[in-house]
Amino acid sequence: MLEVKDLHVSVEGKKILKGLSLTINAGEVHAIMGPNGAGKSTLSNVIAGRDGYEITSGTITYKGDDLLEMSPEERAWAGVFLAFQYPVEIPGVNNTYLLKAGVNAKRKHQGLEELDAFDFMKTVKEKAKLVELDPSFLSRSVNEGFSGGEKKRNEIFQMAVLDPALALLDETDSGLDIDALRIVAGGVNKLRSKDKAIVMITHYQRLLDYIEPDFVHVLADGVIQKTGDKSLAVALEEHGYDWVKENK
Amino acid sequence: MATNEEIQKDLEKREYDAGFITDIESDTLPPGLNEDTIRHISAKKDEPQWLLDWRLEAYRHWLTMEEPTWAAVDYTPTDYQSISYYSAPKPADSGPDSLDEVDPKLLETYEKLGIPLREQEFLAGVKNIAVDAVFDSVSVATTFKGKLKDAGVIFCPISEAVHEYPELVKQYLGTVVPQGDNFFAALNSAVFTDGSFVYIPKGVRCPMELSTYFRINALNTGQFERTLIIADEGSHVSYLEGCTAPMRDENQLHAAVVELVILDDAEIKYATVQNWYPGDENGVGGIYNFVTKRAECRGVRSKVSWTQVETGSAITWKYPSCVLIGDDSVGKFFSVAVTTNCQQADTGTKMIHLGKNTKSTIISKGISAGKAQQSYRGLVRMGKNAENARNFTQCDSLLLGDKCGAHTFPYVEVKNATATLEHEATTSKIGEDQLFYCQQRGLSEEDAVNMIVNGFCKDVFDELPMEFAVEANRLMEVSLEGSVG
Repeated sequence: MLEVKDLHVSVEGKKILKGLSLTINAGEVHAIMGPNGAGKSTLSNVIAGRDGYEITSGTITYKGDDLLEMSPEERAWAGVFLAFQYPVEIPGVNNTYLLKAGVNAKRKHQGLEELDAFDFMKTVKEKAKLVELDPSFLSRSVNEGFSGGEKKRNEIFQMAVLDPALALLDETDSGLDIDALRIVAGGVNKLRSKDKAIVMITHYQRLLDYIEPDFVHVLADGVIQKTGDKSLAVALEEHGYDWVKENK
Repeated sequence: MATNEEIQKDLEKREYDAGFITDIESDTLPPGLNEDTIRHISAKKDEPQWLLDWRLEAYRHWLTMEEPTWAAVDYTPTDYQSISYYSAPKPADSGPDSLDEVDPKLLETYEKLGIPLREQEFLAGVKNIAVDAVFDSVSVATTFKGKLKDAGVIFCPISEAVHEYPELVKQYLGTVVPQGDNFFAALNSAVFTDGSFVYIPKGVRCPMELSTYFRINALNTGQFERTLIIADEGSHVSYLEGCTAPMRDENQLHAAVVELVILDDAEIKYATVQNWYPGDENGVGGIYNFVTKRAECRGVRSKVSWTQVETGSAITWKYPSCVLIGDDSVGKFFSVAVTTNCQQADTGTKMIHLGKNTKSTIISKGISAGKAQQSYRGLVRMGKNAENARNFTQCDSLLLGDKCGAHTFPYVEVKNATATLEHEATTSKIGEDQLFYCQQRGLSEEDAVNMIVNGFCKDVFDELPMEFAVEANRLMEVSLEGSVG
């Protein structure tokens, strides 16, 4: 589904990713771990198409297409979703209204009829239940006045409604208490399927207790240092990142 | 994804879709201003002597005044001898009695602007608005006069009111904005040509929205309209005002005066969508919009609200104000101002609290793009008898690009210790993170900009009557059109 090859990325002249390669197939769940500043968020932002990153060499192919040639919204229409590390507040813009515009823009692109308000609200209410989101959040302004945990839950709710093929979760577990983590993880697990892929960026092994990954990658110094299964995360927790570098 | 610089470049390309010129023969006074000009205007309108004297008094006062320079706007001063003070489409010796007498070219003009002048167009029940259409210096049509008269409501051109209801006009004209109030108000008092007159009798709730549509068409002509609205005890009215002008390379002057009088338990809601021609991307042409608007809440528990959406004009100088005289009276000001290219706006409000328990609210939203400069200037004054008066002010500015500016000048004077004031102000750039967030959810960049800007203006748009809220949304989209390269 996603093929990242020898990716080099700089931000304001500083090299962040230095030849990163990663292959993700449909049905797989990947966890990317690594120390602060290793380039984890850079990777997810570059895949989603955020401005401000200079791609000096390398390729990203998504479902056979050159992802780097696509605008952020084209990537969204093609099924790429990013759950933001810091979800943005948009005052005065209704949460449901934004989502409906997003869903219908995607449907229009796919040549489908736009959903009417009734059908859309039906989907929205179902998905809100999935992440135990209080219905009052639907009519509030996007993320405005939400607590940290509510913002993260809202991200997973949006993901459920937009139904992406490739979901990137950027530190979705940070700032969540244990109950919220359980709810968010439950929501993600319900969205797992054989034709979807999930990439989780996290600092903590505890998330992986709730969402079991097929692969765990350690990203440090701009490249994937080591890849393994869930046990790698447990080892990391025990020995720290330096251990990975020493035992490459 | 485009950067802010690209958005800004695209904004400069926005189109003004009301910029056409109506080719119609008109009766226009030669340029120049002196006492004869005023006598001529007064004679054209067959005015009584008292009004001519009133005009001349204003003119003599104006001669002693100087054009104000304190506003944060920069423009070539107007040569008051080079503009014409009266222009009317022919024949217009008196207002037409029915639409059949209105020149088809004028009807077409308003049709093009989306202003329905044929009453049958309302019968579908979609719209419920009476319209007074002012073209250059005269009112060319007023709809639904009959239906309104049945309810006791007077809605007619002010030139007609002078003849039909002289006592009412005499009683209230110039009592809210005196002749010598300021430079532009004095000029207006001397040369005003037309505008709307509204009187809502005691206890009447006006059965429909009233609106006046101002159009400047003739070249080198100033528009000086005067509007007077009186809401008698316990009455209620919602009034809307819209404005457009052709695209011309010359600057044109628009100096209006609006006076509102609100008696016991009455309420006026006054909304404006101002879309005068703003000039081109290099700042050539456009309307100088120097307007004095003031409401006096004379009665107890009287209420007034000013809602304005200002997207047009090269220069805007405008401070719709509320004088809260009656105890427990309420004044509100909701404003969205958009300036792009080389537009400059210095706008805000004055809330003068004189009565006990008076309340005022100010919500001002400024959006600047291109090289535009915008200032919010507001005064809140609590008089010594204004026991327990309260004011809440919120000023938010949104900047698109890095060549535009937003400034806030709040003035506060408090002479009563029991008064409460709250002030909040923010300035933000339209966030690239907000844009990216919306795009990541599947919105095109243009839709994302519109959604964020409309969200920013929501508090104000919510105050507009439905018909105008739709118009305001559309105008914002036109203003921001082409924001994606």
